[in-house]
Amino acid sequence: MAAPSEIRYLTPTTVDVKKKKYCRFKKSGIKYIDYKDPEFLKKFLNEQGKILPRRITGTSLKYQRRVAQAVKRARHLALLPYVADLLK
Amino acid sequence: MTTSKVLSFDKTQKKPVLFCHVLTYSYLCTAFAKTRAQLITLLTNQTYIIDLMNQYETVFILTPVLSDVQMKEAADKFVNYLKDKGAEIISTENWGLKALAYPIQKKTSGFYQMVEFKAEPTVIAKLELQMRRDERVLRYLTVKNEKYAAAYAEKRRNKKEA
Repeated sequence: MAAPSEIRYLTPTTVDVKKKKYCRFKKSGIKYIDYKDPEFLKKFLNEQGKILPRRITGTSLKYQRRVAQAVKRARHLALLPYVADLLK
Repeated sequence: MTTSKVLSFDKTQKKPVLFCHVLTYSYLCTAFAKTRAQLITLLTNQTYIIDLMNQYETVFILTPVLSDVQMKEAADKFVNYLKDKGAEIISTENWGLKALAYPIQKKTSGFYQMVEFKAEPTVIAKLELQMRRDERVLRYLTVKNEKYAAAYAEKRRNKKEA
């Protein structure tokens, strides 16, 4: 006769509230994303050099577009690779 | 020619002001003078012109096979070309020999050069044609600096100087 409250899981369920994502550009007031700074742009790329989606980085739509634009410009100037295996 | 284009009259300067769209402006340049400087001297007596030039920034990569002197010469060629076309050079930056993220024309490095300038929009196509014709240029990119980009560029420049 186990009451519902006594149910035990093998792995502890995550109860802590997930951290709210935020747009770093809005928060710190960055208005222009520089394509000449590949080290900064690498924060928005995965290991293969692909642009990370908004749902992971938390960037707002407006700045995601600008990040994408800057990354593409940097790729054209060979500051960032189009394809890579181990970027980080 | 000017009277039809004059839209307002500046009371403090006692001179009519020429306001016109960039395209009209470049038309005036082609019709009456070759460059902005000439146009201004042509009109100075009757009008003065609002600055209609845009701010641009060009980054280009030169082949690594050049010597330092040749590299400087190639970079100067484009800077002088811009000056020739009536552009106002704001700054030039030499990033030196850098490794490319991927090979271009079988080269793995290149000399990066950046030029910031103010120019009429028609100059850009001509400049890019020059770059395409020049074998020493591996890549180029010209970007128009809007309000925030221009502010950023200025901040960057000041940082470099300091």
